[in-house]
Amino acid sequence: MLTQALFRALDKKAVWVIGIFLAVAVLVPMANLLIPPGQFGHVPTYLVSLLGKYLSYAILALALDLVWGYCGILSLGHSAFFALGGYAMGMYLMRQIGTRGVYGNPTLPDFMVFLNWKELPWYWLGFDNFWFAMAMVVVVPGLLAFIFGFFAFRSRVTGVYLSIITQAMTFALLLAFFRNDMGFGGNNGLTDFKDILGAPVQAQSTRVILFAATAIALALSVLVCSMIVNSKLGKVMVAVRDAESRTRFIGYRVEYVKLFAFTVSAIMAGIAGALYVPQVGIINPGEFEPGNSIEVVIWTAVGGRGTLIGPIIGAIVVNLGKSWFTSALPEFWLFALGALFIFVTLFLPKGIVGLWKQLFGIRRKKAEEPALPTPAQSVDIERGEDSATFDNPQIRPAE
Amino acid sequence: MSKAQDTMLYLNGVSVAFDGFKAINNLSIIVRPTEMLAIIGPNGAGKTTMMDIITGKTRPDAGEVMFDGRTDLTKLDEAAIANLGIGRKFQKPTVFESHTVWDNLEMALKKPRGIFAALFYTASDEDVTRITEILETVRLLHRKDEFAANLSHGQKQWLEIGMLLAQDPKLLLVDEPVAGMTDSETEETAKLLREIAKTRSVVVVEHDMSFVRELGSRVVCLAEGAVLAEGSLDQVSANPVVIERYLGR
Repeated sequence: MLTQALFRALDKKAVWVIGIFLAVAVLVPMANLLIPPGQFGHVPTYLVSLLGKYLSYAILALALDLVWGYCGILSLGHSAFFALGGYAMGMYLMRQIGTRGVYGNPTLPDFMVFLNWKELPWYWLGFDNFWFAMAMVVVVPGLLAFIFGFFAFRSRVTGVYLSIITQAMTFALLLAFFRNDMGFGGNNGLTDFKDILGAPVQAQSTRVILFAATAIALALSVLVCSMIVNSKLGKVMVAVRDAESRTRFIGYRVEYVKLFAFTVSAIMAGIAGALYVPQVGIINPGEFEPGNSIEVVIWTAVGGRGTLIGPIIGAIVVNLGKSWFTSALPEFWLFALGALFIFVTLFLPKGIVGLWKQLFGIRRKKAEEPALPTPAQSVDIERGEDSATFDNPQIRPAE
Repeated sequence: MSKAQDTMLYLNGVSVAFDGFKAINNLSIIVRPTEMLAIIGPNGAGKTTMMDIITGKTRPDAGEVMFDGRTDLTKLDEAAIANLGIGRKFQKPTVFESHTVWDNLEMALKKPRGIFAALFYTASDEDVTRITEILETVRLLHRKDEFAANLSHGQKQWLEIGMLLAQDPKLLLVDEPVAGMTDSETEETAKLLREIAKTRSVVVVEHDMSFVRELGSRVVCLAEGAVLAEGSLDQVSANPVVIERYLGR
């Protein structure tokens, strides 16, 4: 059963994407470690971490695409799941600091000593164990998405209303994590990390391994998503996106289909956050910011939603642009991002991948054309056809 | 309860109002197993609302809705009712446009509807044979790999009927199946529905009188949410009340 699903998942395109990121997982570390600095082809360590950050964003964008591009759920709160995964990883890293903190307390992180806390709160227990923390990276975002989704989808909250409550969810978490007495470091978040699994976080070798882990996680995410979207369940997800009530009338429980996609997606976002934190060295409540979630939507739209490669390309390209812009013209980045979103919405509704297909896939064009992404658009087109026949002078009744 | 016995669909005293407007008013209809029933009536007579009630989209304010003589449909939701064996074709053909004709049927095919069953589903030889059969029946075999969006209006109607067949329902609710079809397509559709009605119950809502005549079934005329007349098409269309309220002249 599983082997058949795996076999289906590994279609030609998915094999390429997975292959590329597995190759990246090997080649970039080699270019960093084997080619001496100053020589052509050397990738400096700071760049390795920067690329690692982009790849963790790519996993986040892919996660969003699974629910938005394939299932029609526009979540504007996906960075909440990303940040929760990041906090779980951050809590593990904080516990690894031990006596090396400013106050030298062997169990309490610095901010707790500062707040005069006497002992570790119950929800910090167990986070000194790496595997427990990794389990929480998956469980906490997954559980939140499951509970949130269960109530939202059962009550048939859809469309813009769902988007608004996901936005409210991430905003509520932002406010909560800002509070000092939540016990997650308040405004400053968690930082000043020392070790991960006994290896110093800042060391070149650790950074390279973290990069490779992120690239492999991205390849695995592509595999999982490919497995889902190529199955009958994936087809049902697209059916829910295009004609939700019709799907219900042929007997599928739409709320469970959505709940499945939403939970899997949140887990992927959590994993992305956990890989992000050790590479950037900090996690603070700013990650919950509603604007962050909207940026993820823009990456996905720019790359091309409803495809597996699109969101990955979008996340990398937009963030390359962001890195360049914020150093060259920092005041203009938000304007550029807004302009990009408007441009893509107006002229590239299927993103970079759609443009690519248009330019190079003429042979395939005939087959791709009818793949209408939203029911609203299909309705428009139907109307367009109607009016077209009406406007045709040959069949217009004689006046 | 006993009255509902030996019926496929039993509506008794069903009423529903939207903001005070009575869309269905004390409606009672019986459909027997392997019987075809045609429903005619002016716009706003409550035909589509009746379908909504049967398929769980709308809850009636009063009355009984029984399926197969024993299942109370008013307590179930759309998916549960579909899985009991009630298939519905919509007035506006609704197929999954970004899927191929084949995938549309594969999704509709009667199979476990659970999440993990769907995730790990692989079409068995039996399923392939069944889908091919249905494609032959609805004459879309030559277009099986095309996106449903590329089909003509009539072909979409047929694909939707095919999806109904794939669901293997006991009762089919068919809303205006021949809207937008050519005469020959209409004739073929009538033939197909008569064929289907040999083994299942079929309820057809239609405006096209010549099509209803071809179906040759019992006819119910609805108006203002209640039954106006019932009988053969000739009886119903000779009824003076029906002439006045619906047929005109």
